[in-house]
Amino acid sequence: MASTETISKTMFLNIGPSHPAMHGTVRIAVELDGEIIRSADVEIGYLHRAFEKHCESGSYTQCFPYTDRLNYVSPLINNFGFAAAVEKLMGIEVPERCNYIRVIMSEISRICDHLTSIGASAMELGAFSVFLYMIKAREWLWELVEEVTGARLTVSYGRVGGVKGDLTEGFAERCRPTLQKVRSVLKEVDDLLTHNRIFYDRMKGVGFIAQEDAIEHGITGPFLRASGVAYDVRKASPYFVYDRMNFDIPVGENGDNFDRYLVRMEEMEQSIRIVEQALDTIPEGPTNVDPEGRVIEPSVMADLGKIGKTLGLLTNEVLIEPTLQGSEKRLHAAVYTASKQARIPPKEQVYSNIEALMNHFKVVMYGHGIRPPKGEVYYAVEGANGELGFYIVSDGTDKPWRVRCRPPCFPIMAALGKILIGSQLADIVPTFGSVNMIGGELDR
Amino acid sequence: MTETLTLAKIKQAFGASLIEAHSQLGHDTVVISKSAILDVARMLKTDPELQYNYLMDLTAVDYWKRNPRFEVVYHLYSLANNQRLRVKAPLGGNEPEIDSLTSLWAGANWFEREVYDMFGIRFKGHPDLRRILLYPEFEGHPLRKDYPITKRQPLIGPKV
Repeated sequence: MASTETISKTMFLNIGPSHPAMHGTVRIAVELDGEIIRSADVEIGYLHRAFEKHCESGSYTQCFPYTDRLNYVSPLINNFGFAAAVEKLMGIEVPERCNYIRVIMSEISRICDHLTSIGASAMELGAFSVFLYMIKAREWLWELVEEVTGARLTVSYGRVGGVKGDLTEGFAERCRPTLQKVRSVLKEVDDLLTHNRIFYDRMKGVGFIAQEDAIEHGITGPFLRASGVAYDVRKASPYFVYDRMNFDIPVGENGDNFDRYLVRMEEMEQSIRIVEQALDTIPEGPTNVDPEGRVIEPSVMADLGKIGKTLGLLTNEVLIEPTLQGSEKRLHAAVYTASKQARIPPKEQVYSNIEALMNHFKVVMYGHGIRPPKGEVYYAVEGANGELGFYIVSDGTDKPWRVRCRPPCFPIMAALGKILIGSQLADIVPTFGSVNMIGGELDR
Repeated sequence: MTETLTLAKIKQAFGASLIEAHSQLGHDTVVISKSAILDVARMLKTDPELQYNYLMDLTAVDYWKRNPRFEVVYHLYSLANNQRLRVKAPLGGNEPEIDSLTSLWAGANWFEREVYDMFGIRFKGHPDLRRILLYPEFEGHPLRKDYPITKRQPLIGPKV
């Protein structure tokens, strides 16, 4: 005789670590009651690369390539955050133009990051064309990044005391139309998603977090702002030249996935505004044209310097192409600090006089290098996911004693397990998408 | 001024536990003895004039040959006053231990797990103190200065 008794027990399900809907390697172990999540354990660390340990074993400049790989969708912000922290510790100022360049490149990165986040989220909910449109827009922006830094992702563009090189000639003329094109993509995406029944129903009211909970967990960035707290490092403690820019901080009301989507969409518009203002007001760098139109190969210049013909090198505007681009004297002064503690002198000087040559080696040599005074500093910038902080302890040598990165998506992932409880299994995908987890910064 | 207010309040309430108070590069720092950490943190969080409601970051530094060897570093932020404060608590001994702040901030949970993982510092009262970035079989605590960067870990998984 068949028993009519029903047995009620929960089911355990692993999502990840390698799952098509997980952008990044992370494991969420959920306990299911039917379709309802009763508990969720988030396991991270699959992408741990010992960032902090590696930083302790190299010089300050050698840390920059590692910072690229923290948030690999917006590496420029990490570069500048680390550079600014060391600069604060050393007490050095960077030129105004350099600060403008940092703002422009940071905001372009932020747009790239938000495009990726929304695009991937939308794709997972079935809106594949949105993903393609947004990645296309990101591609245009990455072309700009590539033009300036020489790389798309592993940029290493920041330096202690400046940036690697000046903006390329005609950058503003290429940047403005690109931003317009990005705007039209955003309009298109807005038309496709914001009033889309399926998208709205999957996002609205899902993944809710209250203001107080978000603060308890230390959540910052768009995730916090969607819950109604207008905290943004760019406004709260302005760095670079953000205090001169006119922009708004979009704030949500409901703290759900849909508000996070809206906040990110609006933030991209605000970032475009910032870039446009910065391009309008950036102080002029040195003229980019050699008075005599001369272009000297680096090898020719080095040869001339070796035989003592340095007069021409010092008086003429020479253009060094292509490997040393941006290291010329006339560009250099605009983007590098005047402090000799951190500044690599322009190449013409290095090749032509002994002081500059010694200065160059003092900065790059093992055991000399950039040596901040003993002390500690915490410096925060607004990363694409929230407050990105660097805590650096210096013991006075050329290697940092301790580098700590406060990764913005770490607290969000810590709260994710709690956010998921009570929602449906299928809600994991949009909620996890709205976290915009970046394995590089989460696991370091 | 709120900066001096914070320091004055700590001095007044926890004068005996306060080891040092200073401001470096515009960032207020207090060093307190580890036994007082929970009370100091509670006061900073709940005092209506201070309202340090954010635990922005929690980490540790290994000063190695110095005594006490470790320092747990808390970065607090007050949303209402837009103020930052660094609180440090020195820890010595081979089995360093300090009170957990998970009862005050839910966000302390993972931060403390990471410090435990990387430094081997134990947090008293933590609900779930296990490794977070590394795997359970990992030997040692890599951010300690006596952990060589070239050290190899035994392979895990089935033996071939």
